[in-house]
Amino acid sequence: MIELLAAKTGIAPPVMWALGGTYAILAIASAITWLLHVRSGGGHGELVARVKSWWIMVTVFAAAVFVYEPLSAAFLGLISYLALKEYISMIPTRRIDRLVLLAAYLAVPVQFWLAYQAQFGHFMVFIPVWMFLLMPAVMAMSGETVGYLKSVGTLSWGLMMTVFTLSHMAYLLFSGDAANPVAGGAGLLFFLVFVAQFNDVAQYTWGKLFGRHKITPAVSPKKTWEGFLGGVFTSIALAAVIGPFLTPMDAGWSALAGGIIAGAGFLGDITESAVKRDLGVKDAGALIPGHGGILDRIDSLTYAAPVFTHFFRYFYFP
Amino acid sequence: MTKALRWLFYAVFVRLVVLLIMGLNIRGRNNLPAKGPAIIVANHNSHLDTLVLISLLPLSLLPHVQPVAAVDYFLKTKWLAWFALNIIGILPIDRAAGGNPLAAPRKALEDGKILILFPEGSRGEPEQMAELKRGVALLVKECPTVPVTPVFMHGLGKSLPKGTKIFVPFICDIFVGEALSWSGNSRAFMDRLRQSMDALAKLGQFPPWE
Repeated sequence: MIELLAAKTGIAPPVMWALGGTYAILAIASAITWLLHVRSGGGHGELVARVKSWWIMVTVFAAAVFVYEPLSAAFLGLISYLALKEYISMIPTRRIDRLVLLAAYLAVPVQFWLAYQAQFGHFMVFIPVWMFLLMPAVMAMSGETVGYLKSVGTLSWGLMMTVFTLSHMAYLLFSGDAANPVAGGAGLLFFLVFVAQFNDVAQYTWGKLFGRHKITPAVSPKKTWEGFLGGVFTSIALAAVIGPFLTPMDAGWSALAGGIIAGAGFLGDITESAVKRDLGVKDAGALIPGHGGILDRIDSLTYAAPVFTHFFRYFYFP
Repeated sequence: MTKALRWLFYAVFVRLVVLLIMGLNIRGRNNLPAKGPAIIVANHNSHLDTLVLISLLPLSLLPHVQPVAAVDYFLKTKWLAWFALNIIGILPIDRAAGGNPLAAPRKALEDGKILILFPEGSRGEPEQMAELKRGVALLVKECPTVPVTPVFMHGLGKSLPKGTKIFVPFICDIFVGEALSWSGNSRAFMDRLRQSMDALAKLGQFPPWE
């Protein structure tokens, strides 16, 4: 049945199997949360909402990303757009910078179009070089110097974190069969996103069960060494199992990639926590019930996506 | 024909811009009136205010919703007048002409309409609340059974402030308060309205706009 679905939708069979596995995990998670919900007499509302949101996120992501390539580019671009909008809405901004903010938004379609066209040379320099140079120049031309450096800093960093880093997901996807004869660009992207997101849940769960020693009490008081290490080892084991089916890496290299994704994901998580703490907000948005904003859900990918991409590119690109 | 155009404008264009491009963060949505007659009172920062408020109500109520707006601004040119009257669907009030300016809104309320009022009068400085004008109290005094729902909005004055035509996306925060009713005294009513708006404004934490 999986093979038939794969043939019908045009999704590579290994990715289809992995997707089936994801739904199996979700079904188990739903059963467990439902049991907790009933046993506690209607409690654990947030957990129930979270798992429900996972079903929707997995389905939307799979349908939008793995079926039709132009739609995948648009959808991954939409994720970056929403993340950038959440970021710009929560930071202090200057009225005089409205045009620069607009330019930052317009960088999103350009960046994802470059990925879609497989123009990876331009893809790598567009934001870190051209947008990086353009935005401070326009701000200087506008003539307002009060708050200039702060605006340049917050906006450049935000564009890198919400657009450049996340657009590496599109880079992986459109690197295609040449980079991954096993399951194509979709296999690479699935491996990254699945391990990164599973790592988030694993770190949270290990932390809830055994967490005692805090890593960064001032930034993210819920992060513990027990949760972090439990998450890293779970991700390594998971990556070693699924990596050989989805990527050209063998079990050993997949395990290494899993550890790298987990570590980078942790860093992405705490950098966003530091930003929110600095601004005094709890969640970046309210788009996803039980999770917060889109930035709260994909903060780990802001680090994991570029770090995994360049790791893989260095060792495995033809 | 214009009714269909108005429906298309709100059902497709406004919803696309508001929900997908801007994004809303709404609290207290169930405080919004489910039927007319009713008055929605909001702070005013942008032309988008009206469109966003109307997009919060179900489309089935669209024929009954009318934002109250000034004749001297919206009926300046022929095209703008057609757009304001037929597509936005404003209830025009003539600030300069003699006669009772409350007659038209009172009639609309008697017909079961939902009116949208901006008691600050004009959009003013973006993201700063000006003094609330008493007109709303005078209207409620004449229609004392009509509920008045206060709404505080933030973000639209950043997206499209007065004096610009360039739209920049920001997430819009919308806080809807519980409906107020007439208390028999217009000063006391305005005080309660102001307190309610201030309390709603305090629900959010808004990054500065310098």
